[in-house]
Amino acid sequence: MPLDNAPDSKRKYNVVGTRPLRPDGIDKVTGRAKFGADATAPGQLVGRILRSPHAHAKIKSIDTSKAEKLAGVKAVITRDDFPDHTDGDSALYDTMYNIMAREKALYEGHAVAAVAATTPAIARQALKLIKIDYEILPHVTDVDEAMKPNAPVLNRKMFTDGVDPKPTKASNIARRFEFGHGDVEEGFKKADIIIERSFKTEATHQGYIEPHAALASMSPDGTAELWCCTQGHYMVRDVCARILGIDISRLRVTQSEIGGGFGGKTTVFIEPVALALSRKANRPVKVVMTRDEVFKASGPTSSTSMDIKIGVTKDGLITAADGTFRYQGGPFAGCSPAEFGAMSAFAQFHLDNVRAIGYDVLCNRPKTISYRAPGAPMANFAVESVIEELAHKLGMAPIDFRIKNAAREGTKSSYGPVYGPIGLGPTLEAAKNHPHFKAPLGPNQGRGMAAGFWFNFGGQSCVSLNIPTDGTITVSVGSPDIGGSRASMCMMVAEELGINYEQVRAIIADTSSLGHNDVTDGSRTTFATGMACILAARDAIKKLCARAAATWGIPEDAVTWEKGFAKPAGANAGDFAPLSLKEIAAASPGTGGPIAGHHEYSADGAGVSFATHICDIEVDQETGASKIVRYTVIQDAGKAVHPAYVEGQFQGGAVQGIGWALNEEYIYGKDGRLQNAGFLDYRIPVCSDLPMIDTMILEIPNPGHPYGVRGVGETSIVPPLAAIANAVAAATGVRFTQLPMSPPRILKGIEDAKKAGAKKAA
Amino acid sequence: MATVILWGSLKPHTGGKISVEVEARNVQELLARLGETYPGLQTQIKRGVSVSIDGLIYREGWLEPLKPDSEVFLLPRMQGG
Repeated sequence: MPLDNAPDSKRKYNVVGTRPLRPDGIDKVTGRAKFGADATAPGQLVGRILRSPHAHAKIKSIDTSKAEKLAGVKAVITRDDFPDHTDGDSALYDTMYNIMAREKALYEGHAVAAVAATTPAIARQALKLIKIDYEILPHVTDVDEAMKPNAPVLNRKMFTDGVDPKPTKASNIARRFEFGHGDVEEGFKKADIIIERSFKTEATHQGYIEPHAALASMSPDGTAELWCCTQGHYMVRDVCARILGIDISRLRVTQSEIGGGFGGKTTVFIEPVALALSRKANRPVKVVMTRDEVFKASGPTSSTSMDIKIGVTKDGLITAADGTFRYQGGPFAGCSPAEFGAMSAFAQFHLDNVRAIGYDVLCNRPKTISYRAPGAPMANFAVESVIEELAHKLGMAPIDFRIKNAAREGTKSSYGPVYGPIGLGPTLEAAKNHPHFKAPLGPNQGRGMAAGFWFNFGGQSCVSLNIPTDGTITVSVGSPDIGGSRASMCMMVAEELGINYEQVRAIIADTSSLGHNDVTDGSRTTFATGMACILAARDAIKKLCARAAATWGIPEDAVTWEKGFAKPAGANAGDFAPLSLKEIAAASPGTGGPIAGHHEYSADGAGVSFATHICDIEVDQETGASKIVRYTVIQDAGKAVHPAYVEGQFQGGAVQGIGWALNEEYIYGKDGRLQNAGFLDYRIPVCSDLPMIDTMILEIPNPGHPYGVRGVGETSIVPPLAAIANAVAAATGVRFTQLPMSPPRILKGIEDAKKAGAKKAA
Repeated sequence: MATVILWGSLKPHTGGKISVEVEARNVQELLARLGETYPGLQTQIKRGVSVSIDGLIYREGWLEPLKPDSEVFLLPRMQGG
């Protein structure tokens, strides 16, 4: 539920808003930090997974007999080792199907068998001895091709949901979504200028540096332990237990340090496989993905195809906006974020007439999973490209066009609800007044901008706070720290208790130590788990005051807490010297035992988020190579708990967006196989590719949080694709409607434009 | 009676209506009544929905109270990265 105490705008913070050193920093740079692959157990075996070389194939039979007989092989598992315990839960069934293929292999890299052996060499040899009889089927990897009536159909039992009447012929279109309000046809009639464009974007991978890793140990009595890198170890526990058919309480999952997730570690891939191998071998089993496996078999985001039509009056008022968003989500229904693309596409505008239609489409590609603001960046690329083009056609400055049509408090959003206080207008105004906006450009350089939106949410969190006898604090949280949240949690606890940041330490507890915690996603952790920390600290303060009251022999409500001390609330309460946290903690064994604070709840009221980005790019007209020369992120953080981390989130999102816009793409051959499953051929930006990303934090308090905090982790990846496309258009005079804008594509665009210009001149 | 506004592609399940009136004290009751009255919506409700009540989005919030004049938007269950 949302907290009913809105932030106190006059509150002065002592710890929140400062920039202490991150507690995990030294361990990470010295190699002491334990990541997923660092876990070990006595007698552990090596787990390896056999994957389909085919994009689409029926699995007629699997013969594991030779592999089982190989010396050193302790277990071989296939689909037969995963009986269906999913009880009609189609999403769980698909997750199980994804971690181990059943009737068909649905993409290149789909797991078809796994072995546990004493050495990596024996495991590899065993995989070669597994014989699989495949019947190769026609495949499809392009979203537009997959929607055609004659496309190879992945699931013969799937009939498009969301259309009336429901089709009687199976297709790859899983669902149709429609959002909007007003009458777009009427709106277009009022328009003086209408622009219609079609866009395509390729699938990109979250690109985390740490591959998936899991160590599983399952006993014959069904109790199990799992150590893994994940964004949500409670999710891993629940999903694995259900797939394996064991009680949730019998599986204890401990989360390692995580080398990046960005949404890609919000599901399971190898964890149930490691557990099933351990169950069969009766030994601990460790499975670590190679980079090739990460690309081929862990979730990238969707590739898309989109049509956008926007109409405006000659005064620059948008009269109607219409979009169709086709997203492929791999081989299972409900995996693409088509609905969130459609919902977020026009969310930054005040529109009387808007319609967004989304299609969730199946392809023979890996099952997609969330990637920072899932679905929004691609839709934003298409919409904000048309917006920029409209502004130029109108002769208006693009920033003024956006300000004129910006969503504001009271706007009916394109996805339905009416906005409360939002920070879009201030980010646009800040962009307009930013020095970057007025800086001169060099030769072959262009400037672009875009504004973007993301929802954010809260969710379930459970926090315990323990006070040992020296008065220091340990905070146990169940939200994996993927962006520095441990420091933020410590800061909020220190703020409440009125003590120094250094006196508080946060740990990520295992699943048996705390109640359920949702996955670290949706920009939720600093907001929701942070609020649970605040409330757990307030619970501890209550107990500390009670101990002081008992010591002084006065009522509990006659004691107040101030700057780390319990004090009599007033003159009537009595004349007692304040008791410090340290003194109360030291006396705790004799005054009632240990002191702890606790809070568990489900948070809502996260508040939506907006950002505006400005980008300068230089394009080499001879080669098509481009370089970002200046980049600025302006975003509303509500209240920045640790401004350096907030800036880091802004910068990280922008950099991932830069990679998406300029280079990153899944390249498939005609055989349906991925051709660039490695960082040498799949080009993510590195430091030498980038300027320092400038940031500007705006603080428009979120009424749903006691300090006004909003999530900041996702919105920053939404505007870069469009901002960069708009900058490239300004630098080259060519509007690119397909991502990535890699050097060959830009060069071809420039050359085609030159030829067209020459023809025109002729 | 709370007014529940659906997203467009759910219309086939409500006889073409985009907005329906539901008597419910909280979100849990609202979803149950919606499923009873319009069985075609049950698939989506089971798949997962979030709601917006008077402009504020609730991802879970089953026990969140509804006022007689509340405006509720049914939304796909929120996801994030």
